[in-house]
Amino acid sequence: MNTHWLNPGRLRRAPENFLGRAGLQTVAHEARAGRRDFLRNAFAAASGAAASAALAQANPLPPSGGDPNILALPEHSKGLGQGVASEGYGKPSQYEANLQRRQSPGLTQTTQSSVSFAPLQSMFGIVTPSGLHFERHHQGWWDIDPSRHRLMVNGSEPGMLKTPMVFTLDEIMRLPSVSRFHFIECGANTGMEWGNVAVPTAQYSHGMLSCSEFTGVPLITLLEMAGADLKKGRFVLAEGADGSSMTRTIPLSQILNGEVLVAYGQNGEMLRPENGYPLRLVVPGIQGVSWVKYLRRIELGDKPYATKDEAIHYMDLMPNGLHRQYTSIQECKSVVTTPSGGQVLLDRGYYNITGLAWSGRGKVARVDVSVDGGRNWRAARLEAPVMSKCLSRFNLDWVWDGQPAIIQSRATDDSGLAQPSYRQSRAARGTRSIYHNNSIQSWLVQANGEVKNVQVS
Amino acid sequence: MFRFPELFSARLGRTLGLLLLACAGGGLADASDKYPGVGRAATPKEVAAWDIDVRPDFKGLPAGSGSVAEGQHIWEAKCASCHGVFGESNQVFSPLVGGTTEQDVRTGRVARLNDPAYPSRTTLMKVATLSTLWDYINRAMPWNQPKSLSANEVYAVTAYMLNLGNVLPDSFILSDQNMVEVQARMPNRLGMTAAHALWPGSEFGPAAKPDTPGSNCLRNCTTEVMVASALPDFARNQHGNLAEQNRQVGPQRGADTSQPELKPGTSVGAAKTVSAALAAPAAATEKTPGSAANAVNVKAALALATKNSCTACHGVAQRIVGPSFAEIAKKYPGQVDYLATKIRAGGAGLWGPIPMPAQSLSDADAKTIAAWLATGAAKP
Repeated sequence: MNTHWLNPGRLRRAPENFLGRAGLQTVAHEARAGRRDFLRNAFAAASGAAASAALAQANPLPPSGGDPNILALPEHSKGLGQGVASEGYGKPSQYEANLQRRQSPGLTQTTQSSVSFAPLQSMFGIVTPSGLHFERHHQGWWDIDPSRHRLMVNGSEPGMLKTPMVFTLDEIMRLPSVSRFHFIECGANTGMEWGNVAVPTAQYSHGMLSCSEFTGVPLITLLEMAGADLKKGRFVLAEGADGSSMTRTIPLSQILNGEVLVAYGQNGEMLRPENGYPLRLVVPGIQGVSWVKYLRRIELGDKPYATKDEAIHYMDLMPNGLHRQYTSIQECKSVVTTPSGGQVLLDRGYYNITGLAWSGRGKVARVDVSVDGGRNWRAARLEAPVMSKCLSRFNLDWVWDGQPAIIQSRATDDSGLAQPSYRQSRAARGTRSIYHNNSIQSWLVQANGEVKNVQVS
Repeated sequence: MFRFPELFSARLGRTLGLLLLACAGGGLADASDKYPGVGRAATPKEVAAWDIDVRPDFKGLPAGSGSVAEGQHIWEAKCASCHGVFGESNQVFSPLVGGTTEQDVRTGRVARLNDPAYPSRTTLMKVATLSTLWDYINRAMPWNQPKSLSANEVYAVTAYMLNLGNVLPDSFILSDQNMVEVQARMPNRLGMTAAHALWPGSEFGPAAKPDTPGSNCLRNCTTEVMVASALPDFARNQHGNLAEQNRQVGPQRGADTSQPELKPGTSVGAAKTVSAALAAPAAATEKTPGSAANAVNVKAALALATKNSCTACHGVAQRIVGPSFAEIAKKYPGQVDYLATKIRAGGAGLWGPIPMPAQSLSDADAKTIAAWLATGAAKP
């Protein structure tokens, strides 16, 4: 193994607004308070009390010849448990409290215009539990009374559709619905990493990503009900009902093929308030900002709208000083979630390298995994179901010999496009574009078992 | 975007409304074949209430005007607390103004976007379309009272912003009559391109070729692998203790970043002890002392602080625009009435240059927050 790996190269400045001095101060301040002290004490107590020998192995065999967890029956084997409906809406086990969506310290100054990241490093399969779905709010979230929510469909001028219409939730939910699994990824996901490594874990590097089964009505149905002129109309504006009344220009091509949904359902229940209850737009394969939450209005027009989030933000700055505007598709991408940054492997031996792959252009066709920093690659198992514009789970057997290893994954979609390396991404787009970073992620597994977020040259 | 003409009279409105309803009958005739009884025609009044967007060609722009001077007045009262008096503040949001030159106004391209060393990209450096500024201020500002500005106020604030960026002179009056001329002065008006592969249709022209096609190489793809970037040691615990952010069962644990890292060369056995020790259930750490009554007050106070947007400027533990709640608690222990009065009246000069505007919450609500502050501003 090449020990050069362990020597960090030149550290580059993070993109604007990331990892600023203020952020570092905030974190330093928070680090002085809180649960950390408790855990440090718990650690001291545990290592003192247990005298380490028994803790040195994940599955130890004590000299007495038997595991006390087997020999001495636990309370739950010898007593009466709790009754039905003691929780009307069930919660995760108390032992799962570490799985939380979290803010990246210093990234934003307020919580109302901010983002929280989903804990990808601890999740299974492809579906994001609704309570762990990542959040992005521009002006705070609301829990809106569905009986008072309305959706309006109108045109930019009288000839654009026959009848401007309004719908209640009752009416929208009466219409024929479809349920489809799709990923949603913020256009800025992994944006902090364009210039250099800026965050420690998959949660912060890739956690503006979630995947749900969405239920709703194809938007084309509502436009047809309003008598839309789909030859004259070339763009659709979607508008939210919250304070920012978020607006985005939606591609008509995706509306015409029935992919864009006016959704009210998420994973078998209604949307969560943080995700747009009672109504949001679902625009498969397109960055999350276009999935307008608290959807109140759809306008059919003949020109694009240059809204704030497509004329000031969510534009990609190129090295020549031009901004790419109306960038929307989330290109082919993947990330290994285990082992990943900030984790510690318990021992040498067998591991199942596992991760997520997705593409805004269609289905994932294959995922290759490297454990030597991208020199050699092996095809991973792509687990069923593999669906269009949806997360796919991949797995690969790996026996870790205790030596440093750099783990990477590289997805290829059914349009034939593969994930680029950071070198390829930066050659095309520089380091200041913030959005649409789908470069190959590297995790360095060190001999001590601790995994680090790194970028390789 | 569709607005009824200004001369739209009540009588004409009724007639038009009836006409539209008649059309609606026609439209529904198509739809009702398939989904009878679902949806109804929107009235012109309803459409006018919600159709507020303004397009780059200024379709949807209401009549009105506002001067730079009026804009400055509104700015200092309603915008400066977050954006700074000169639109330069980076305390709450990215700076709005700065980085544009008279040369940019002439060329329509902001030269500093070519300079990777320039520390920030302000709104005026990026935005190409004047309509975007007008539309967003109108629909979403001020941040905690969106849609409260009149059309004339939106013109005035837009004019003041552009004046700060040296796009408009001090004496300028911006109106629906001269927006087209001002658009021709926007510093980055020629700075956009839609020639890329990330839009899924042909509405902006034929799709460009994807610019980052990866490789499908499988063997000996690179000659040398070097770590080019990693987090510096001082940032180890910046995102909090990662041991508390990973599941406590499974093939791995989170690294205990509250402690210095074990030497990278240390073999994996040493790490195991740490991991096993951390298997202590996190649930046990959640218990916080304090009586139930206290807990309710803290919760109510924080809920009120959030509802009234106090938290936009004050963090519980950290400064944002104003001091943290903890700092206030330290300075004014026990002074419930004083704090309640200050919350409602606002103030200036005690904590820094940015004034706190008067707040329109009830006396009882102000007292709930004040009582929490005066007793130490405990976290829930």
